[in-house]
Amino acid sequence: MLTKRIIPCLDIKDGRTVKGVNFVNLRDAGDPVELAAQYAAENADELVFLDISATEQKRKTLAALVLKVAEAIDIPFTVGGGISSVEDVAILLNNGADKVSINSAAVKRPELINELATQFGSQCVVVAIDAKQVNGEWLVHLVGGKVPTQINLFDWAKEVEQRGAGEILFTSMDHDGTKAGFANQALARLSKEVNIPIIASGGAGNVSHFIDTFTTGNADAALAASIFHFGEISVPNLKQALKAQQIAVRI
Amino acid sequence: MKLAIIDYGAGNIQSLRFALERLGVESVLSAKIDEIKSADKVIFPGVGAANAAMEKLQATGLDTLIPELQQPVLGICLGMQLMCNISEEGNTKGLEIFNCNVKRFPTSVKVPQMGWNTLNNCKGALFQNIQPNEYMYLVHSYYAPLIEETIAETTYGEPYSTALQKNNFYGVQFHPEKSSKAGSKILSNFLAL
Repeated sequence: MLTKRIIPCLDIKDGRTVKGVNFVNLRDAGDPVELAAQYAAENADELVFLDISATEQKRKTLAALVLKVAEAIDIPFTVGGGISSVEDVAILLNNGADKVSINSAAVKRPELINELATQFGSQCVVVAIDAKQVNGEWLVHLVGGKVPTQINLFDWAKEVEQRGAGEILFTSMDHDGTKAGFANQALARLSKEVNIPIIASGGAGNVSHFIDTFTTGNADAALAASIFHFGEISVPNLKQALKAQQIAVRI
Repeated sequence: MKLAIIDYGAGNIQSLRFALERLGVESVLSAKIDEIKSADKVIFPGVGAANAAMEKLQATGLDTLIPELQQPVLGICLGMQLMCNISEEGNTKGLEIFNCNVKRFPTSVKVPQMGWNTLNNCKGALFQNIQPNEYMYLVHSYYAPLIEETIAETTYGEPYSTALQKNNFYGVQFHPEKSSKAGSKILSNFLAL
């Protein structure tokens, strides 16, 4: 049986993890490679690296990091953050990334999704969508949720699927950082309207939030950052709790 | 040991090379017919679209070389699918090593299948010391149905072939290089053939 995936997300700036990390066994809490290896050893199913640096050296630094991560871990990982061209993607995939995640660049130029799917295959194209509710309607937002668009979340999800995305990473800006649970209603509707896997993101605070998003929200995978990094929930304990609820997980 | 990875521009092979390095094996990425022929083991990787990949093989004569190889050959993911008769993906004629037609998953399941699924009914040396129901990482939209040459099954909607074998030819749908310790064990079993 295909299992539900647990995906820790690492924010990266200039080759280092950004948010504070409170992991007991790390020698260097800012080293993304060491943190990645730790999560892989704990049976995390995938990892996401989100590059938030804004320097000219960004591309080079990220490519070098991807190579080091690929050398160190034997589980799949996705790289995102400022990716806007076929050339960007080619370098990251050649260095060992399994998937790339594109966000604003896809909204600005939706053909990018088609180009990537044709060139590299849908399996490596993740479209990240940030959205929040405005007057009861889910609208896509850009630049980490700061800039609203008039694009409806569900219309956009269908369009990215049709253009060749292999997966959607949906972050609810209404839930992100609240630790009050995932946007399960919107997630369940996404799963009905498109037929590609959906990763739930934004709102993870405790184990029951994960149970809810896999059952009520029908998510295929759940992503979280700080609750894992600060050791509030460990991946092995989370998976045991999910298993106890008859949710299929890899243990 | 001399291990050749067939180079036909089929995307991400860096992780495969690192996985082999972790097992202490240096690999050579090659499109040279003599070099591939003389290798002890050959890996035939592949991601992306079937028709584009097949065209690249035809352009370099690798499509005639691969079915004639005598040493153990391991096709991974799209590599395995291209070793079959034909794929529904772009109606692509394959290398006709495995007697099976590759089909698209039905719309009753999410496509692509993405994530970790279990291996069942594993047979033969490739799966030596692999526990029943071991998890492997899979990402694919097309699948090989169950046939006589099936040596491992996975269920996604229906059971299908996640590994095939005919003589010296092996194919796996999952990514052993991305499937943690159990995946590494399967690679090491292949290297020991």
